[in-house]
Amino acid sequence: MNYQLDYLDQLESEAIYIFREVAGQFEKPALLFSGGKDSITLVHLALKAFRPGKFPFPLVHIDTGHNFPEALEFRDNLAKSIGEKLIVRKVEDTIKAKGLKETTGKLASRNALQTFTLLDTIEEFGFDACIGGARRDEEKARAKERVFSIRDEFGGWDPKRQRPELWNIYNGKINKGENVRVFPISNWTELDVWNYIRREKIDLPSIYFSHEREILEYEGQLIATSEFIRIDDGDTISRKRVRYRTVGDMTCTAAVESTASTIDDIISEITATRISERGETRIDDRISEAAMEDRKVNGYF
Amino acid sequence: MDLLRFITAGSVDDGKSTLIGRLLYDSKSILVDQLETLKKQSKNTAHSDIDLALLTDGLRAEREQGITIDVAYKYFSTPKRKFIIADAPGHIQYTRNMITGASNADCIIILVDARNGVVEQTRRHSIIASLLRIPHVIVAINKMDMVDNDQVVFDAIVEQYEALARDLKLKDVYYIPMSALKGDNIISRSSDIPWYKGEPLLSYLENLPVSHGYTHTPSRFQVQYVVRPQSEDLHDYRGYAGRVSNGTYKVGNAVRILPSGQTSVISAIEVGGKEVTEVFAGQSVILHLKDDIDVSRGDSIVKLGELPRLEQEFDALMCWMDTKELQEGARYLLQQGSRRVKAIVKEIAYKLDVNTLAQQPSPQTAALNDVVKVRIKTAEPIAFDSFQKLSADGTAILVDQTSNMTAGALLLQ
Repeated sequence: MNYQLDYLDQLESEAIYIFREVAGQFEKPALLFSGGKDSITLVHLALKAFRPGKFPFPLVHIDTGHNFPEALEFRDNLAKSIGEKLIVRKVEDTIKAKGLKETTGKLASRNALQTFTLLDTIEEFGFDACIGGARRDEEKARAKERVFSIRDEFGGWDPKRQRPELWNIYNGKINKGENVRVFPISNWTELDVWNYIRREKIDLPSIYFSHEREILEYEGQLIATSEFIRIDDGDTISRKRVRYRTVGDMTCTAAVESTASTIDDIISEITATRISERGETRIDDRISEAAMEDRKVNGYF
Repeated sequence: MDLLRFITAGSVDDGKSTLIGRLLYDSKSILVDQLETLKKQSKNTAHSDIDLALLTDGLRAEREQGITIDVAYKYFSTPKRKFIIADAPGHIQYTRNMITGASNADCIIILVDARNGVVEQTRRHSIIASLLRIPHVIVAINKMDMVDNDQVVFDAIVEQYEALARDLKLKDVYYIPMSALKGDNIISRSSDIPWYKGEPLLSYLENLPVSHGYTHTPSRFQVQYVVRPQSEDLHDYRGYAGRVSNGTYKVGNAVRILPSGQTSVISAIEVGGKEVTEVFAGQSVILHLKDDIDVSRGDSIVKLGELPRLEQEFDALMCWMDTKELQEGARYLLQQGSRRVKAIVKEIAYKLDVNTLAQQPSPQTAALNDVVKVRIKTAEPIAFDSFQKLSADGTAILVDQTSNMTAGALLLQ
């Protein structure tokens, strides 16, 4: 018998270990499910960690109202097929209840507003741990974050006061009101996720694969036309063959031109690309060098 | 393909971040938009060229102060290996963050500035490497271009470090003369340093054997979670979920549960929902036992004949990581893997000077970043091996009961 684990097996085993630590250490955990490939991968890992038992947590989706319909449909079908509980809370409702002001402009995004709904949801259910699919290779502030990331009562991350995190020991002890964000796939890269999806034959929403769509070209980014963005005179709109590298809101996720229609095609495109995932497709990170750090300090995932 | 985790350590201006930037840049792991951001940032600082160090400093405060405060993880792969780099701070005040990065490392790269040779930080980082038993040490003698690539300078530093390595009983030490800034001996051998016949850094990292500290025996497994579907068709299902931390387990193995001492036999093993007959170190699995006995989170399942120690009072070397001082007699929670027990620090026997290795007896307190020898008593016995013997089963942390801070890193003895 060969007693060596392949690197994907090592990453998988580490993620399962982290999932089980969450189950063992917390009273009311939740898995934050966005409908993107990273959180779909999390669900797959949770199945491996807990089956034939039920998940010791519900799936929670913070719906901005600007989601791709394909991603929402996929979300509902997935939750149904695995028979796990799905909780959906809408940013729309928070806006109404709290009288929040929506951002305006061409690509008015609810990205910042979803933090309010997330924090309200954590309070409503008393979640003490929220599992998310963030990876350290995505962004510089994320590269610094622990697997168990302690957040204060306001959901805030204090990057200068992180707990040491040693060996395989995860300290999830918190005081009332605090919560922990847990990132089981911290050490995975974009390519690792795709290789794992291929190996495990994980289903994904159709928008990850090449399809034709009406596209607005704006400041070099390809944005799907929808009721959520403003079209001005002189805008260039055309039909293009595109796919999505990440799936967030329709207003802040850009598409890439692609004819990749299988996982193999996608992996060869990613291997060849010279642009990072967030750089290519996330309009929300472009605000400043510390955009992600600032949002995390304020309670963002 | 396998996985190598390494940590980089060095003093403030040894060029640590530049080295990582160089590895990422030359292995083509930096992408166009990240390079654009880098160019923009390099303009914001005093540097004229692209400053590769800015790639790893992720926090605003770090960029402003030009130092690394917390460990940053970076990823790259070559056709041979996937690498995880822990870029750790060099400052003494951030030692606890360095230890975070070092705790899971298979290899440490210690940077030495060729102009300065072995300095206080080199000693401290080497002592940490030795305490944590990082299997491989690479001494990267950097900025060779600043000393005219002189072999005499290199040889003198090697000799200096060898003495330290002997004191610390470091086993596998490799020396590479390099210039991270110019890329000499990083990806390929440099023609500017023709007298160096060894390997450049990347190919050395690619070929380093990794065992992750695993050995074939003894076998170790701690229960993290009990899977109990309690559905009609799986009414009697009880699976003990956890990760094999050393050795192997087979269906049919006679086992003992610790601390309770009950015995049973492994009746089935599952990995990711599939039944298998054998599992080994590193795998997350579910074990089933023949007998319906009381087993819960934190319990160890070990093979008869390969028993660990089961003690309530033991010694440990400890790195103190809290800003709040440790007092003799103080009470904490001890967490060992998934097991938590109440603990008292009965005695602080001595404080280790991490520059000279001298032992200062009976210090009574320990402050942030101190390394001390302590005697600990727990409310219930814990099952463990000494860190010296089996590092995978000889670690624990102390957790402050009011702040919940991870306050101490314990190497059980």
